[in-house]
Amino acid sequence: MALRPARLRPSDLARLGGYGLRSRPLRAVLSALGIAIGIAAMTAVVGISASSRADLDHELAKLGTNLLTVSPGNTMFGTRATLPDDSVAMIKRIGPILSATATGVLNESHVYRTDRIPATQSGGLSVLAAKLDLLQTVGATLDHGAWLNAATDRYPTVVLGAAAAEQLGNVPAVYIGGRWWVVVGVLQKVPLAPELDSAVLMGWPAATTYLGFDGHPTTVYTRSVESQVEAVRAVLAPTANPEAPGDVQVSKPSDALAARRATNATFTALLLGLGAVALLVGGIGVANTMVISVLERRSEIGLRRSLGATKGQIRTQFVAESLLLSLIGGALGALLGYLATGTYATTQTWPTVMPLWVLAGGVGATVLIGAIAGLYPAIRAAHLAPTEALAAT
Amino acid sequence: MIPLETIVTAPDTVAGKPVIELAGVTKTYPGGVTALRSVDLVVDDGELLAIVGPSGSGKSTMLNLIGTLDRPSRGTVRIDGHDVASLSDRELSALRARRIGFVFQQFHLAPGRDALGNVADGLLYYGVPKKERERRAEAALVRVGLGNRLAHRPHQLSGGERQRVAIARAVAGDPALLLADEPTGNLDSASGAGVMELLRELNEAGTTILVITHDREIANGLPRQVPMRDGQVI
Ligand SMILES: Nc1ncnc2c1ncn2[C@@H]1O[C@H](COP(=O)(O)OP(=O)(O)OP(=O)(O)O)[C@@H](O)[C@H]1O
Ligand SMILES: [Mg+2]
Repeated sequence: MALRPARLRPSDLARLGGYGLRSRPLRAVLSALGIAIGIAAMTAVVGISASSRADLDHELAKLGTNLLTVSPGNTMFGTRATLPDDSVAMIKRIGPILSATATGVLNESHVYRTDRIPATQSGGLSVLAAKLDLLQTVGATLDHGAWLNAATDRYPTVVLGAAAAEQLGNVPAVYIGGRWWVVVGVLQKVPLAPELDSAVLMGWPAATTYLGFDGHPTTVYTRSVESQVEAVRAVLAPTANPEAPGDVQVSKPSDALAARRATNATFTALLLGLGAVALLVGGIGVANTMVISVLERRSEIGLRRSLGATKGQIRTQFVAESLLLSLIGGALGALLGYLATGTYATTQTWPTVMPLWVLAGGVGATVLIGAIAGLYPAIRAAHLAPTEALAAT
Repeated sequence: MIPLETIVTAPDTVAGKPVIELAGVTKTYPGGVTALRSVDLVVDDGELLAIVGPSGSGKSTMLNLIGTLDRPSRGTVRIDGHDVASLSDRELSALRARRIGFVFQQFHLAPGRDALGNVADGLLYYGVPKKERERRAEAALVRVGLGNRLAHRPHQLSGGERQRVAIARAVAGDPALLLADEPTGNLDSASGAGVMELLRELNEAGTTILVITHDREIANGLPRQVPMRDGQVI
């Protein structure tokens, strides 16, 4: 004749787990809050950084990662080098190059709003001669007005970079080299070539005619076939200046955006660590609550043993209670983290991105913490001798 | 659902067959107190008996051994035909769930649960679904005269009513054996008498009942008395 304990149904187990929490709701809420804060911090950190990265990725995809710029470095004697006049034409002959264009800086020329401001007040704007195909190559767009064309690039007309336009205000013309230059257009910000933002751009022929421009390009912008960017990069310097390839600097502006992304990643790792500490503290809070709960509920444990609960069923009850406690905290935390991410991303006009693994990981971590925190108190509860437990009042 | 009969197969409890058999039972607690000395006791099915004796004479110790909440240091305890020494902790739990009901002096009711919930939860380890537990709980509460107090929480009940709820919980699973340790200890004489009356009714309906009491008068009103002193049945 066999004596077998009846199994607890999952629904009964869930009810048992909730029973202890409902009898001390304030304590349950407070200890679940520890877990909630930890999970909320972690999900918000990951969510916000994922949203920011999604925004950067979006920007990079739009701009392209195949932009390489060529500029003169210093000569071996330490003086400023120049690029040969025909370097743009030479670069265009490299097979995988899709487009190449240039700007040339006019160091001696300064920009004024009026013809009365003293020369010292010219304020940080650069004057650049630009080739007509500049916009397509650097991915720049006009905010308003028009870009230079084959007609206007011979006459005193300029296009302003976004920052330059902001600084100069809404002026019909600017004063450069003792002459008025008509403003025909304003650019939007150019993320891949931020040096254009503070520039006043004019046609190559006009710069030569009116300001004595020497015609040396100071920045060559190139686009190449995506898969060949590294190969192009290797030959750009010798192509631009075959006689002194060492005097040429080649850079990849998208690296700067990628670096921003990498900075974000280390920052995220740091905050994630802080979140993990919060979660650990939350877990200790749950363990503490469970230990106290077991001590206080000795007579309940004794009663349940007298009613026929096995050691395993007592253990399971307390583990279930601990799991439920941390799951409530985890769910609350994930919700808070998601809301925080959504709010922050919206204010930054980023897309709200919450990777699924974060939510899954959050729930997983919570279950793990609940199980670990509850196991020791549950084992102690199960090992209480029934008579001893009943003797407690 | 698994039929209950396959979880525990009850032996035929024909009247006259022993439900409790203690033979040479000794209990020495860690620390050296010998609370029971070589006790022999046989209780037949359907009996109603009182265990009486001064404080410290070993009454609760004996009840715990009979209730399989503890094991003897020496001697054999047979409950409902099972030799307790040969059963594992899990098997003893099943035996308690199915065959033994307890009533304690302190009631041990859950403060947050109403009478129906307290009694229904007592069947949690019995192996029936919630609906059935509640049905049985209600029947048990009606049986102890609390059919109109189902939704009352313990603090809304008198001491006597609380002990009735505890008795309802103990008998809801139809145990072969009901063990009550000073069930009237916390009650005034009127509610104590009511509780004893209820136990007599349950006994008449077939349950074997063993009651510990200090009260000579209560003990004398029961069909059999087992007097104890210094850990021995005298
Ligand atoms: N867990 C224990 N550990 C050590 N000694 C114990 C333990 N439980 C009981 N004793 C001792 O065993 C003896 C018998 O105790 P028991 O509780 O069985 O007496 P009782 O007859 O129920 O007394 P009362 O009428 O006061 O309840 C007492 O001397 C007591 O001190
Ligand atoms: Mg006692």
